[in-house]
Amino acid sequence: MTIQLLAFYAAAAVAIVGAMGVVLVPNVVVAGILLLATLLAIAGVFLVVFAEFLALTQVLIYGGAVTIVTLFAIMLTRTGELRVHLDNRQKPLAALVALGAFVLLSAAFLASEIPTRAAATSVATVGSAGGSTGFEYLGEALFTRWAVPFEIASLVLLVALIGAVILTRNGTPRDRA
Amino acid sequence: MLELVHLQVLSAALFSIGLYGVLARRSAVLVLISIELMLNAVNVNLIGLGAFADRPAESRVFGQILAIFVITISAAELGLAFAIILKLFRSRGSVNTDELNLMKW
Repeated sequence: MTIQLLAFYAAAAVAIVGAMGVVLVPNVVVAGILLLATLLAIAGVFLVVFAEFLALTQVLIYGGAVTIVTLFAIMLTRTGELRVHLDNRQKPLAALVALGAFVLLSAAFLASEIPTRAAATSVATVGSAGGSTGFEYLGEALFTRWAVPFEIASLVLLVALIGAVILTRNGTPRDRA
Repeated sequence: MLELVHLQVLSAALFSIGLYGVLARRSAVLVLISIELMLNAVNVNLIGLGAFADRPAESRVFGQILAIFVITISAAELGLAFAIILKLFRSRGSVNTDELNLMKW
């Protein structure tokens, strides 16, 4: 039992309990807060396997932005006012499907024979001649080989942002002119 | 010792929980939260593979890069989806998925 395994189990337990809470609790604001706990626990899992940059991104984007936007959406749409009807009628069927998906996915993962290393290693510890961190390695790959997809992703974000602004404007453009 | 399977089972569990949320919740906001859980489950899997796969470092960094793109797209998707939900709430007064039958024929 290494300290790495202990840290992983702690983070995974928080993530799974939090995720169960997100889909089960009858109070939507509590669900939003539990989502924050789950996402931060997943950032902890990323740290355990040496994905430092992804852990930081997870805290910033999911822990910060996504949770705030979600809480705003919950408040603006008054989702929590009809607590009795938060789940729909196909709930038992949904539980069955989710359980089936879990069993199927786990069986597939356990049966797969992907060649793996004995231990998780940071991307920086192999291939580079010392002194380089995971950040440097990731940044180099992102801005050389993956530069075009990266730029396209930024364009997608811009279009989505403008689209969201236009969608939520009141009335038609003609009314405002 | 921590192995790839640990991360993959965690990923499967989170994905299934998210799937349950998508299927069982009525409010579109809660459905979206569940979709975020599923996307995160995929990220756990990608990063686990990146950290453990027996490959040269050049290709092992792909796991993290793909995860960055997943995060980017999910942020864009979330912004747009909440804009649509807000618009829907203004015009229909409800965001329950079983009451949105505008396009039903």
